[in-house]
Amino acid sequence: MTEYNYAYLDEQTKRMIRRAILKGIAIPGYQVPFASREMPMPYGWGTGGVQVSAAVLTPDDTFKVIDQGADDTTNAVSIRKFFERTAQVRVTEATADATVIQTRHRIPEQDLAEGQILVYQVPIPEPLRFLEPRETETRKMHSLEDYGLMHVKLYEDIAQHGHIATSYAYPVKVEGRYVMDPSPIPKFDNPKLNMAAIQLFGAGREQRIYAVPPYTDVVSLDFDDHPFEPTKADHACDLCGSETSYLDEVIIDDAGGRMFVCSDTDFCRCRRAAGHVGRLGTALPEAAE
Amino acid sequence: MQHTAFQGGFTDAPIQAAHAFRACLNAMARPGELQQIAGAAPPAPLSVAAGTVLLTLCDPETPVYLAGAHSAKPIQDWVTFHTAAPLVGPSEAHFALGIWDALPPLTEYRIGTPEYPDRSATLIVECTDLDEATHMLAGPGIKATRAAFLPEAAAFTANHALFPLGLDFYFTAGDQLTGLPRTTRLEAL
Repeated sequence: MTEYNYAYLDEQTKRMIRRAILKGIAIPGYQVPFASREMPMPYGWGTGGVQVSAAVLTPDDTFKVIDQGADDTTNAVSIRKFFERTAQVRVTEATADATVIQTRHRIPEQDLAEGQILVYQVPIPEPLRFLEPRETETRKMHSLEDYGLMHVKLYEDIAQHGHIATSYAYPVKVEGRYVMDPSPIPKFDNPKLNMAAIQLFGAGREQRIYAVPPYTDVVSLDFDDHPFEPTKADHACDLCGSETSYLDEVIIDDAGGRMFVCSDTDFCRCRRAAGHVGRLGTALPEAAE
Repeated sequence: MQHTAFQGGFTDAPIQAAHAFRACLNAMARPGELQQIAGAAPPAPLSVAAGTVLLTLCDPETPVYLAGAHSAKPIQDWVTFHTAAPLVGPSEAHFALGIWDALPPLTEYRIGTPEYPDRSATLIVECTDLDEATHMLAGPGIKATRAAFLPEAAAFTANHALFPLGLDFYFTAGDQLTGLPRTTRLEAL
């Protein structure tokens, strides 16, 4: 692909995005406005994440893309191919081998290391948006650190359901200052937001970039008498037998049959390759390698 | 051969800028950690690191303030030719460049507004050497603490107190780069 500039975007656009990323790193959890470009994919398919990845990638990188934990879904495959062609990066499905990981709605099960970068695709970056639709007001609320409304929302969950029913996009407070939407990751993943890797968040349609540097304090909002609880389906993975990974529920027939499988396909494959077998699983043929 | 303003830019801008940005990103995300950065060959006394940061981050949308000896005509011409950034005073600058003694008063620079704390200046401080650690840093990007070179303590403590407003800093010497965002706290060495 010599018809396009390296990593698809022109240099001035990348400089603009890079400056936004740096200010995001300097002000953890604060949403930096940026002039989002049209990308060759529709809004909602990761245009924000793709622009951040384009600004970050170098030809030395190894790139991994996951969609709800899976490497082999349409969205993940097409974004991976896009950067394989335009940015000359090597691609991988192995979490540990990747230097840049673009993700939609999951954090890999395996702990990320220093030197890795996790790029999130974000649909609605503003955690207060469904409570207050006006951007002028939410901006003022962030500047005044006025997050009472968010606590009211969580309290109403408790009043109606007896527990905090928010199960994904669970709001967090970053470094004791900004309340941030961690993108629609399951709240099971929230404790992993304290990590050694750099986390960058891109929202294309909403034109916002934000970031969490390594080893930054990220706290899920809760109450003393209703502490935050990461939850998952109360099963083991039916393919690899893992009892600690986040699970997808899959309907397997029209008689109510179902199975639970790891949402992180690479994690599950590695466990099966290492010889773990779940309730409905079979030993992998490539388990020998 | 005499250095002219037309020389010393990136020879392969997309690739060199991508590598240089990763150094800038790592520097800001891991305050005090030494990064290697290269690509530009700017006229003296501009260091390779500072010149590369300018080429990587500056363009016509980012007014630049050149302080003290760094406002010499050859540097002005070089920055203008390679980045097309407008040269302005400290109060309008998105980026400022100079040695530590030439940059004050720091109160002149943009520190952002409560609603837009990102509209703040980034100061590129030219140093002679970054190897000798003078202060202990803590905060986001640092696992426990990290020892690093800083020209002084008081200015950075005052800057941290402004959070979420404030300035962000790069320190450059030769081809070395470190960063110091407004979030970093200083502890006694």
